[in-house]
Amino acid sequence: MKFINYLESISGIGIYPLISLIVFVGFFALVTLYIIKGNKNHFEKLRNLPLNEKN
Amino acid sequence: MELQKFQYDNKTVKMFAYATILWGLVGMLVGLIAAIQMYLPSVNLSLPYTTFGRIRPLHTNAVIFAFVGNGIFMGVYYSLQRLLKARMFSDLLSKIHFWGWQIIIVLAAVTLVLGKTTGKEYAELEWPIDILITLVWVVFGWNMFGTIIRRRERHLYVAIWFYIATFVTVAMLHIVNSIEIPVSFWKSYPVYAGVQDALVQWWYGHNAVAFFLTTPYLGMMYYFLPKIAQRPVYSYRLSIIHFWALIFLYIWAGPHHLLYTSVPDWAQSLGVVFSIMLIAPSWGGMINGLLTLRGAWDRVRDNVALKFLVVAVTAYGMATFEGPMLSLKSVSAIAHYTDWIVAHVHVGALGWNGFMTFGILYWLIPRLFQTKLYSERLANMHFWIGTLGIVIYAVPMYWAGFMQSSMWKDFTPEGQLKWQFLDTVTKMIPFYIARSIGGTLFLTGAIMMTYNLIKTIKIGTFLEIEEDEAPALTGEYQSHSKDHWHRWIERKPIQLMIISLVVVAIGGLVEFVPVFLVKSNIPTIASVKPYTPLELEGRDIYIREGCYTCHSQMIRPFRSETARYGEYSKAGEFVYDHPFQWGSKRTGPDLARIGGKYPDSWHYNHMLDPTSMAPGSIMPQYPWLLEDQLDGNSTMAKIKAMKRLGVPYPDGFEKIAMQEMEKQAKEITENLKKDGIETLADREIVALIAYLQRLGKDIKAEVLKAEK
Ligand code: HEM
Ligand code: HEM
Repeated sequence: MKFINYLESISGIGIYPLISLIVFVGFFALVTLYIIKGNKNHFEKLRNLPLNEKN
Repeated sequence: MELQKFQYDNKTVKMFAYATILWGLVGMLVGLIAAIQMYLPSVNLSLPYTTFGRIRPLHTNAVIFAFVGNGIFMGVYYSLQRLLKARMFSDLLSKIHFWGWQIIIVLAAVTLVLGKTTGKEYAELEWPIDILITLVWVVFGWNMFGTIIRRRERHLYVAIWFYIATFVTVAMLHIVNSIEIPVSFWKSYPVYAGVQDALVQWWYGHNAVAFFLTTPYLGMMYYFLPKIAQRPVYSYRLSIIHFWALIFLYIWAGPHHLLYTSVPDWAQSLGVVFSIMLIAPSWGGMINGLLTLRGAWDRVRDNVALKFLVVAVTAYGMATFEGPMLSLKSVSAIAHYTDWIVAHVHVGALGWNGFMTFGILYWLIPRLFQTKLYSERLANMHFWIGTLGIVIYAVPMYWAGFMQSSMWKDFTPEGQLKWQFLDTVTKMIPFYIARSIGGTLFLTGAIMMTYNLIKTIKIGTFLEIEEDEAPALTGEYQSHSKDHWHRWIERKPIQLMIISLVVVAIGGLVEFVPVFLVKSNIPTIASVKPYTPLELEGRDIYIREGCYTCHSQMIRPFRSETARYGEYSKAGEFVYDHPFQWGSKRTGPDLARIGGKYPDSWHYNHMLDPTSMAPGSIMPQYPWLLEDQLDGNSTMAKIKAMKRLGVPYPDGFEKIAMQEMEKQAKEITENLKKDGIETLADREIVALIAYLQRLGKDIKAEVLKAEK
């Protein structure tokens, strides 16, 4: 039985993983940058949000 | 700044907590019954409603959507209000949400035992319920966003991000996976078939795990763990990374459920790569949770709620280490279809979801009722008995899984399969017994908790009106001189939702687009023909009885499988399968090529009493199939629906469908007669036999032709 890899026939299929990889890495680079450079006090404030209750 | 007074809605939280407990007990009891049926099938009393194939979906739906679902809403409604310093947006919406969800659960329970199912794991509910779920989910989102918009705290704590991502992703998953054509009020066919259906289904199925059992519970971890331990989360920065990485990666991982199947290789590889990467954020999250307790471990010793949470987070770490391993193709080759997967599932389900829920309940109920827990001692006993329950559940299942797999793959020196499939089943029985003991312990713990909490509720008084105050948010945000783009997201719930949606949608699209294009590209195997009307009806009986919960229809390309079952499965064989029926567990043998293996009479006797044909079999009996008349009322509608879905029946075929059906049924009854079995031609068993005898036949014809 001929069972060719039918996906090869989709034009430009190789670009999908590539685009997503770029988006993915790019976004992460940005988030990481933010994490490293972000203001410490700001994180400290956020971190304590659950404990800011009177009871 | 002027302080505004407001009241928290504790009542809805309380109701969700009660529902969590109630459905937890029900769901686990059903799980236990299913566990016992795996060595004592007669426990079902030979009733259709209680057979394994119907009880198992009842169990999974009850524990996931009823127990964990109500647990999520309990956690969200409690923490959201406090983190945002605002009452829930609308009491009416809260009410509709609560009762709507409970109605869905009841409808689900009733329809599942009646055999009304789509036959897609974790998405079994039929279309009217699907619509109801969509509506209630929208009410939940509306209520949540309304609260967020009225908040008095500008920044959204990370727990809320997890809630928002849960909301959008579940909405997307549910809608995409539930696109189906109704045939009647309680019957529909999915628009996808075969390989496409499998991919969409496991994209959904995996993310049901990811965005129902995981992200909302992580949000709860980020709120309740610090809250109960009274110290802030270890690293807020880590939690940001955890969030984005997790939602980014999870959505891609679905195909790890389909390794070595007929799904295209690139999709499998994608699933593998993203699953392996998942270990990083998952462990980041676990470490973040556990390190929150650093220097406070003494508190864990005398706080039973914290104990539960620590085990929960540890179990999360175990399941998320194991998951990526199971996604390696070589490991999947061993573990897929076996009890190993069941062990993996329950480490996550019992440990992570179960214990997290118990821990939160032990903390929350006394708080809502302004009192102390009735008995710390009993709660500690629950902790130990529950932990032991998990161990006695999981260890035998791992063992069973390995053993099953190696027996399936064993060859004699002469090159013959060493074991009959049945041998591999009967060898499992001691492990199944052990598992049910583990389950009994776990359930006993939950019952002890229920007693303890009822007592607590009795001695306390419910805090109906809990007041708090906070300044209103001023209209304009004083942005810092060099404000950061991510902070913009942190302040803007809608933006956060949209970005989350984009993030998860990309993953979905990249996976689907090519696969949807495939339809026109699959070189359809010429000999693969649509099902005859009788076979189609038989197939619907197969789905109704939940045969797929124990039998696969997907032969992987291994020598051990082709030797046992025949030629491995090809994508082109499933183009008319709405829905696909590949299954995920091989409690019984694969059925993809069962057609023609036995005479019709064998199937007749086997369905009446499986042990008559396969001594020692644990398959339940299906006596009603021999007695019940086939309901042919919707056959015409079914053929029409299939035609709309692109199945190439000839024009006007629906009109002659009934005749065709009677003709084929007569042939089968005559066959049976030759073997001394008298039956009417319009019984359900005849249709089922027609379907079973069809399975794998098309490709056999192809092979014969090629050989000639
Ligand atoms: C007393 C506790 C429990 C017992 C005795 C139990 C028992 C079982 C049994 C016998 C099965 C079928 C396994 C098979 O087909 O081979 C099963 C499947 C399953 N259970 Fe449970 N269960 C329990 C609790 C839970 C909880 C709390 C959850 C979720 C929060 C859960 C989630 C599931 C899921 C998702 C499956 C399907 C697994 C798969 O498709 O591989 N169970 N359970
Ligand atoms: C990084 C995290 C995880 C990954 C990569 C992962 C991966 C996997 C893999 C490869 C399978 C096997 C599918 C098969 O061969 O049939 C599986 C099954 C499953 N996992 Fe996980 N897992 C992870 C975490 C979890 C957690 C935390 C839970 C529970 C709370 C969970 C629940 C399940 C369920 C319910 C199934 C059974 C699906 C079915 O066959 O019906 N997983 N997982």
